[in-house]
Amino acid sequence: METVTAAKKKKKEKPVPFDYSNYIRKGKLPHIWCPGCGHGIVLKCMLRAIAETGRPNDDFALVSGIGCSSRTPGYVNFNTLHTLHGRALAFATGLKMAKPNLKVIVTTGDGDALAIGGNHFIHTCRRNLDIVIMVYNNFIYGMTSGQFSPTTLPGMIATTSRYGNIDPPFDVCKMAEAAGATFVARGTAYHYGELEKILHEAIMHKGTAVIDIIDSCPTYYGRFNKFKSPADMMEKIEKEGTVSVKQASGLPPEKLEGKLLRGVLCKKERLEYTEGYAKLIEKAGGSKPK
Amino acid sequence: MTETETEKDLPRILIYEELCKGCDICAVFCPTEVLELKGNMMTVKNLEACTRCQLCDLRCPDFAIQVF
Repeated sequence: METVTAAKKKKKEKPVPFDYSNYIRKGKLPHIWCPGCGHGIVLKCMLRAIAETGRPNDDFALVSGIGCSSRTPGYVNFNTLHTLHGRALAFATGLKMAKPNLKVIVTTGDGDALAIGGNHFIHTCRRNLDIVIMVYNNFIYGMTSGQFSPTTLPGMIATTSRYGNIDPPFDVCKMAEAAGATFVARGTAYHYGELEKILHEAIMHKGTAVIDIIDSCPTYYGRFNKFKSPADMMEKIEKEGTVSVKQASGLPPEKLEGKLLRGVLCKKERLEYTEGYAKLIEKAGGSKPK
Repeated sequence: MTETETEKDLPRILIYEELCKGCDICAVFCPTEVLELKGNMMTVKNLEACTRCQLCDLRCPDFAIQVF
């Protein structure tokens, strides 16, 4: 009997909405992202994942390059660095080497990470530096008015591909895994709970963590490709266009065609770069880094 | 900021007007159709139906809605 009443009481308890005020800089909202842009949802997931770690704001550093996604550090109350186009990972590498105890998170877009900063991306993965790389993948260059990016799907329309794109896209996760990242995952803005868990796991992971986050750009990608609304985009691209790893294991291959896998795709242990560097310093008889 | 509250055990939905951009995501994904877009602003249509599931809050890109 007692358990029943306890369960009833629990059900009646009102949920408390998450308080973002500790993590958002005062007076910076509303943000510049367009109505219906998925970046805001991803930002909220990231803040909740960071809050779950229980570590103080000063332990985190957000680094970004140029683009819509790279506006993120402007709104959050951590150590932040807004840098050059595509070079966020280069700055983040320097920061991490100088302060190995900082948890460095890089917020970058598909164009920023894979086209302009493609070289930095693969080499950061190769070194296994302890950085979380969040690739906000909206399949287009949003800030510069909708040119196609390295992840734009074939046949899709962009400002620079008026008759449909013919370039085959990059698979961010496969590339990161091949380059040597030790934590590779994919999430979407629609599946906010899953994304929050993945981000938390990535933050706790020691080594390069790459998360390909599918979200939507209603202003350019949506309008060019005849999606009715931001919600329609979320449903078609994020919900119907992806399958979780668990579901995929029970589906025939023809049903998985054209769909992206969601969830943690690769997780392994390997020597982290700053640890290796500290060992090297010790071997050479130098002083310990602070 | 608009506030909808009743004396009974009904939920309280806060919509921050200065933050809401009227993208309609919360209304479309609300399982009980509580919200409605009026002009460029989200409004509460049917408060009794609200189950406090928080889906609107969690999918709002603009930090503009909260349910208590």
